[in-house]
Amino acid sequence: MSEKLAIRLPALVGLATALIALAIVAVFFWAPSDADQGLSQRIFYFHVPIALTGYACFGWGAWKALRLLWKDDPDADLESYVAIHQGVIFGSLTLITGSIWAKISWGVWWVWSDDQLVLFLVLFLFYCAYFMLRYSVDPGPQRANLSAVYALFGVVLIPVSFLAIRLSHSFIHPVVFTRNGAQMTGTMFATFCICLAAMLVLFITLYQLELAGKRLDSRIRELKELLS
Amino acid sequence: MRYLSDVAALARKDLLLELRAKETIPAMLLFVLSALTIFHFAIPRGSSDVAALGLLWVAIVFTSLLGLTRAFVPEREQGLMDALIMAPCDRSTIWLAKTLSVIAFLGVAEVVALPAFTLFFSGLNLKTVAAVVLADIGIASVGTLTGAMAVAGNARELIQPLLFLPLSIPVIVGGIGASATAGPKFLLFLALYDAVFVLLSWAAFDFVAAEA
Amino acid sequence: MVSARNLSKRYDTRRIFDKVDIDLDEGGFLLVTGPNGAGKTTLLRVLAGLAAPTSGELVLPVRGEIGYLGHEPLVYKQLTPRENLTLFGRLYRVPDREQRIKALLERFALWDVRDKAVATFSRGMQQRLGLGRVLLHEPKLLILDEPFNALDTAGAALLDEELATRSRRAVVVATHDPGRVEGLATERLAFT
Ligand SMILES: Nc1ncnc2c1ncn2[C@@H]1O[C@H](COP(=O)(O)OP(=O)(O)OP(=O)(O)O)[C@@H](O)[C@H]1O
Ligand SMILES: [Mg+2]
Repeated sequence: MSEKLAIRLPALVGLATALIALAIVAVFFWAPSDADQGLSQRIFYFHVPIALTGYACFGWGAWKALRLLWKDDPDADLESYVAIHQGVIFGSLTLITGSIWAKISWGVWWVWSDDQLVLFLVLFLFYCAYFMLRYSVDPGPQRANLSAVYALFGVVLIPVSFLAIRLSHSFIHPVVFTRNGAQMTGTMFATFCICLAAMLVLFITLYQLELAGKRLDSRIRELKELLS
Repeated sequence: MRYLSDVAALARKDLLLELRAKETIPAMLLFVLSALTIFHFAIPRGSSDVAALGLLWVAIVFTSLLGLTRAFVPEREQGLMDALIMAPCDRSTIWLAKTLSVIAFLGVAEVVALPAFTLFFSGLNLKTVAAVVLADIGIASVGTLTGAMAVAGNARELIQPLLFLPLSIPVIVGGIGASATAGPKFLLFLALYDAVFVLLSWAAFDFVAAEA
Repeated sequence: MVSARNLSKRYDTRRIFDKVDIDLDEGGFLLVTGPNGAGKTTLLRVLAGLAAPTSGELVLPVRGEIGYLGHEPLVYKQLTPRENLTLFGRLYRVPDREQRIKALLERFALWDVRDKAVATFSRGMQQRLGLGRVLLHEPKLLILDEPFNALDTAGAALLDEELATRSRRAVVVATHDPGRVEGLATERLAFT
């Protein structure tokens, strides 16, 4: 397994770097400028793919959690944790890029009318609690079970919260902001897809890297224990 | 049938414990009344009734949190979860019994809090009361599960609010929506929340209660 | 009744016990000894189905046929002995519950305090009640962790008597006083 990983990891890192470079070139030199927001609107190409990758992380983490509870897969605990850890990183980036985009579009750093931004705030709070839970329990099967259950609650919370936030517009936000609803042209869409691919590959790379690091770490501690 | 008699035996125990200790219900009552009093000063003149309704929902969620944090204290203090999970009954009965007793405590607190609210602030419509009932079910189910998770760790009650509050946001939205807008949309949403999270909590408790 | 192969338990990377084999049939008596922190309680919890082994195979009786008494008596302190035993009697579906509870409480000299809160009991009285709780449903596998703790001479004699009758069940006892049950043991496991 480690041999296969030794070949795969550098390849993944290379692919991620190349895709990110391509994405930056596409965003700044290829995609057309937005009619009324100009250059700065291009943060859209990062914000939305980062958010989608965040969902993918949480989804993957929950899938691994399900595997742990259902199939008793012993590796699934660490995999689920690492995926959610990446999810929180991408989630934080979503909040930051979303905030910047709000500043560009509407002149304020935070808007409650952007559903996705609000949802990521809720998810950020939820998954921070996931870490608190995980660090309050000693490592072992019980911690694995608790983390997995909470991770599953997370993916159920995503659609339920999204619906709640949507519905909440009927009693809050008298002012409705709208973003420029222009259709994406072919070039814009292609750029968007490149960015999305770059972010997903970045996630997979970081996921594998962190997983390899964590596994190595526990292997070393095991050896230390054996020697002592 | 056996399932129900196990739930009854466990719920009886939870009510008996509360009857002996007389801690949780008085604390919840006092808390919710104090909160409503504070809200009087927190709402400036000229605010709408909807603002007061919003605060009512905040009071309900935080009062429930008070009860939920105490829910597994007797089990935790004496390691009794071990004794319960070894019994030959379905483990979800432990969750269901605890949830029912939390609903009962919350119900008692609300029987006092809702009339107090109409007295202090404004009248309540039937829809708000229906929303409170639906919200109680969801709050108690999810909160009992996160309560069991919280006491399993070393941080104990400290992380119960952190685990529970993000999950309670949809309940708040549903509750305020039902109070403040026309139509059954928000009641349906609360019912959906209950259906989803009751099922999930019921199924998940087995993994939370025991490691083996 | 109990069959364990290569049973190991680790906390994180720390090995508590490794490759333990146990075979225990009806009438069997396993004596577990070892210094403080050796892993006796951990093993007993695994055998009670309360903790998962890290590796190895383990066959146990079904849940409900095991009786486990840990360091704590595992009873609700705010409730009375009768209420405690009634609760567990219901959960374990004990036949003739009332009679059996009465018999146990009388046997462990707790009948006079049957309606007093357990919180007001001495340590030894709580241990007696804990014993009553594990014996209530006549478990096929009886697991006792330092059961002589805090018992007086009379209480210890009662327990000796209970341990001597071993038909239809297997017993696992961890103790720091192996001399007391030495004659009964059919298997021994000494941790170091
Ligand atoms: N939850 C846990 N996490 C990490 N280590 C633990 C945990 N529980 C127990 N241990 C460790 O496992 C070892 C064995 O503990 P155990 O309670 O089984 O010992 P014991 O033989 O029963 O001791 P005693 O005679 O004092 O009752 C101890 O060194 C303890 O530090
Ligand atoms: Mg011990």
